[in-house]
Amino acid sequence: MSTHQNLGHSLELKADHLRVVYDGFVAVEDACFTVAPGESFGIVGESGSGKSTVLRALCGLAKAEAGTIRLTGTNGADAGPPLPGSKAFRRQVQMVFQDPYGSLHPRQTVDRILAEPLAIHGMGDAETRIERALDEVGLGTGFRFRYPHQLSGGQRQRIAIARALILEPAILLLDEPTSALDASVQAEVLNLLDDLRRQRNLTFIMVSHDLAVVTHLCDRLMVMQRGKTVEQLAATDLAQRRATNPYTLSLMHASAGFRRGTAAAT
Amino acid sequence: MACATHWIRKLTMTDTTAKTAPLLVVDDLRVAFPARGGGMTEAVRGVSFTLGRERLGIVGESGSGKSQTGRAILGLTAPQARISARRLEFGGVDLLNCTPQQRRALRGGRIAMVLQDPKFSLNPVMTIGAQIAETLLAHTRLSKAEARRRVLASLESVRIDDPERVYKLYPHEVSGGMGQRAMIAMMLIAEPDILIADEPTSALDVTVQLQVLAILDALVAERGMGLVLISHDLRLVSSFCDRVLVMYAGRVVEELAAGGLHEAKHPYTRGLMACLPQLGQSTHPLATLDRQPEWAL
Repeated sequence: MSTHQNLGHSLELKADHLRVVYDGFVAVEDACFTVAPGESFGIVGESGSGKSTVLRALCGLAKAEAGTIRLTGTNGADAGPPLPGSKAFRRQVQMVFQDPYGSLHPRQTVDRILAEPLAIHGMGDAETRIERALDEVGLGTGFRFRYPHQLSGGQRQRIAIARALILEPAILLLDEPTSALDASVQAEVLNLLDDLRRQRNLTFIMVSHDLAVVTHLCDRLMVMQRGKTVEQLAATDLAQRRATNPYTLSLMHASAGFRRGTAAAT
Repeated sequence: MACATHWIRKLTMTDTTAKTAPLLVVDDLRVAFPARGGGMTEAVRGVSFTLGRERLGIVGESGSGKSQTGRAILGLTAPQARISARRLEFGGVDLLNCTPQQRRALRGGRIAMVLQDPKFSLNPVMTIGAQIAETLLAHTRLSKAEARRRVLASLESVRIDDPERVYKLYPHEVSGGMGQRAMIAMMLIAEPDILIADEPTSALDVTVQLQVLAILDALVAERGMGLVLISHDLRLVSSFCDRVLVMYAGRVVEELAAGGLHEAKHPYTRGLMACLPQLGQSTHPLATLDRQPEWAL
């Protein structure tokens, strides 16, 4: 049986002057970034900064009012890179949502949840693909005929990851994949994502409010505030506290925990 | 500088705890819920601690019983649950055997609770000012004008810049941080002796989190309240509280002093610390928690 054809992927994602408007409210303004094949790119910001909207625009869940999203490069057998909005594009760009309690159909078994994307994209061999997908996210086939309510939060998020990966996409969009999980479960899911990325040469675009999580998983990141890009920097720069922008610094300061001397004047 | 503030805090803390008897005594608290197959499942299994005028943190993961401990103290446990304890006393009142009237007078008056998400814990069809006034009037007899004055003062004490404006707003019209401040103002207006804060900042952004904690911190210091901060965030709690109880499977597995996180001995606490990614340290893969069955014994 063939292993993942993904290893041949070299799709680059490029967003240019992306602008998203909801009812006159500008959620994202002029976002420009390029994510190289196999790279892991993080988007950091507080609520309302537009970070999730960027992801939703990338996968077509939010309509971009202006700007372009493009895939460039080659994709194994296919001739050219798929266009945004096309079925082929959706197969290459899959998303894992924040809340594993809300993103799985409560009345479908794991088997059915995983079979649906295969049916949509006409991928045969469902039986082995489902078994392999479950195996890869560390659950095993014993979970195949369970309902979401019979799973813990971490297991659900693994199912959500399996659902995204079963189509063998090149790019995985992760919207706060661990924020609803306990710290110990978060570590397990982060390790799983790390391993999967290495094995399959995946490209990640991950949104998070947690600087430590983003720098752990990503090579490069973009800081957003109120819909605008504050700065883009390498994760190593952030880790070594070489950020210059005051907003990035305030985020770094906040993630270090509570400090009485500076926070309260008492 | 950091050293000096630490020293001052330590001094004031020992000072107050020495002078006053504990406000709250919890001894061998147990909360059990009926299980589906008959029988009872214990969510809290013998938790004991005392609380003075200090900041106590309770940390644990989901299902550790931390929230149920807080709820049992306030009398908010679901009716089908069974609560037992050797002692559960607040200021000399036996909380387990007092009348519902006594309990009601305490709840919101002398013991107050801040809940996690202001979106769900504020009444969506009342203005913020009216809700805070309602709490106040439930516990004290005041004229309307006086109540309004007190509400505005309490909004100001949680550092809301324009209390007159916020008074008239509905919960959906304010941000999460503002809503949580309003919630804290509401809980503090009756001037409680103990504030139980159950994940008060988890729904908030990191920068707003620190502002809300700073407000709580200042209020505890000014009024000499006892604060129980319940959270899953070990790092945050240990940087904020004077003492931290670490809970696992319904029990307190370890008690830590302020800033004594690195001195933690229990493998669960150490494992919990190790599995957090840290800025400036790349550890691939992250350590995961290897849960030992004997921790839950």
